[in-house]
Amino acid sequence: MSLPAAYFTKALKLLRGEVFVLPSRTVVLVVGILLLIFPVFSQEPFILRVLIIAAIFAIFAASWDLLSGFTGQINFGHALFFGVAAYTAALLNLNLGLAPWATIPIGAIAAVLAGLVVGIPCLRLRGTYLAFATLAFPLILLGVVYAIPNITHGELGIYGIDPLSGSRVASYYIAIPAMIVLGFIMWKITDSKVGLIFHAIREDEVTARASGINTTRYKLLAFCLSGLFAGIAGGLYAHFVKAAGPSTLELLLSFQVIIWAVFGGIATIYGPIAGVLILYPLTEFVLIRYFSVPSETKMLIFAFIVLLVLLFMRQGLITWLRDKTEKICPRCKLQNVAWRRKCRVCTAELD
Amino acid sequence: MAENIIVYGLVSSGVYALLAVGFSLIFGVARIVNLAHTAFYMLAAYLIYSLASSVGLNLYLSIIIAIVTVTVVGTISYKFLIARVRQHEATTLIVTIAIAVIIQEAILKGFGGQPRGVPKLISGSMEIFGVTVLNQQLLTLGVVILLLLATWFFLMKTKSGVAIRAIAQDRAVANLMGINVPRMEMLTMAISVGLAAIAGALVAPLFVLTPGMWAHPLVMILAVVVLGGLGSLQGSVIGAIILGFAENMVVFLAPSGSFLKTSVALTIMLIVILIKPEGLFGIVFEEERG
Repeated sequence: MSLPAAYFTKALKLLRGEVFVLPSRTVVLVVGILLLIFPVFSQEPFILRVLIIAAIFAIFAASWDLLSGFTGQINFGHALFFGVAAYTAALLNLNLGLAPWATIPIGAIAAVLAGLVVGIPCLRLRGTYLAFATLAFPLILLGVVYAIPNITHGELGIYGIDPLSGSRVASYYIAIPAMIVLGFIMWKITDSKVGLIFHAIREDEVTARASGINTTRYKLLAFCLSGLFAGIAGGLYAHFVKAAGPSTLELLLSFQVIIWAVFGGIATIYGPIAGVLILYPLTEFVLIRYFSVPSETKMLIFAFIVLLVLLFMRQGLITWLRDKTEKICPRCKLQNVAWRRKCRVCTAELD
Repeated sequence: MAENIIVYGLVSSGVYALLAVGFSLIFGVARIVNLAHTAFYMLAAYLIYSLASSVGLNLYLSIIIAIVTVTVVGTISYKFLIARVRQHEATTLIVTIAIAVIIQEAILKGFGGQPRGVPKLISGSMEIFGVTVLNQQLLTLGVVILLLLATWFFLMKTKSGVAIRAIAQDRAVANLMGINVPRMEMLTMAISVGLAAIAGALVAPLFVLTPGMWAHPLVMILAVVVLGGLGSLQGSVIGAIILGFAENMVVFLAPSGSFLKTSVALTIMLIVILIKPEGLFGIVFEEERG
């Protein structure tokens, strides 16, 4: 058997054994493929624009989840990372003429530094105090942005920077793979030992420390990782809309990201991504075009949908669906379809 | 200059104190972070505007109707929305944000985005030590002081007040002592929203009304309660005075001060909690020790 054929059968086996056994993973695969081939069906610039921004915000919401959902350090000022990266990328591009492939990583590094600036002083705080303290950082920076208009252009923001790529479809093929790859990396991080430690810190920090975990280091690591991914999202956003304005630092964006993440279900990574991919196109596009909702009531309907869903699915939509369709094997802790009698791996009885 | 800082500083401090005390009360008793708190304040202001200017009711009557309506709306939304999800901290946050957004969008739809004004309850002004003070500002201050004293008296001297403080200290034991905890929490929510509504009624004649007017006071009262210490009423009042004056000093003294006022107030809050993580008068809650 030739080498490509061997790889092909191996991939098929992996798909059958790891993906098709669970409906949730199958859905993720199908949605990923559909998103990747979407421009074959429609190249309408507006739809592509909505999907690109949704993909960018999906990275952003997942990065919030990495920090707040996993380590339990609720960040009320997540827009800081987005805004710092967006402004850094825009300023570098405008003043030094750096191309997007250089400004986006530098912007992400700036966001990591912002993560340290927030994370180090906030190590002493927990719970509600931490949430309210983090709220302050983007708003302080926003005041500074308004106060020095000759650098930041004040309320107008920095506009006229280079686009992400030459065409809308090319931008689409940057944003969507970025979301899939970064989302997968974040999910892998949370699935690793580091993710387990993040869980432990959220559940009981004292016990985690007593077990020999340097919780300080891991809490800072969470801030930096979250800043990194949020920063990439911020840089992509600035280059896609060709501007970095005060709206990237505002309270509304910080709240919006929490709404998306909680709507999908926190501490999952895929929940917030699904939350954005459902809510953002729904409010920006589907309701207006197919249900003839006037665009000024879209926020109202958005709030009602979020309220109703959370009243009945208190842990978020995706978590609710997951709990309905999947069971965890009591012996080997692997996920199984809810209607199986025996575990797919260790054949233990599922209750 | 100095007299402006004192007059405006006192008015802002008073309004923030009234809002922060209500916010702190429901947080202390039910551990609910009610991000819709200032949305209720805005709702009261707009209701007064619509009753007085559009329907043409008497101003006093419309103020009373508005305060009662907002209190009822707040209590109902607590009972049917917030109380149902309060076991999940993050979900509670989102539900209160959703309520705030619904109020904002409903106002935007009903009144449009343009700024509105409400006529003053008492017109004219007075000279105190050579400083011109609007009578409405004096009234605002007087009502704030009166209400803060009344709240303090209610919490310290009445049976319901003692019950509320007992729940704030230890919910389980309060329940064992025969206190009807859910009912007391609803009462606390009613008081909390009622104070927010009165604050809205007091500022409606002084500030311009816009559908976005809830965001700035929300940020400020979050800073105030953290600065003063969560769950502490005297902390809220002192925090409100510090930040209310700080904000107005920046506005009147610094160049481009109106942009920086929030930044400076939040920086003060950050510095204080970095030195003293539980705030000035913070209470260490049972479950947050360690």
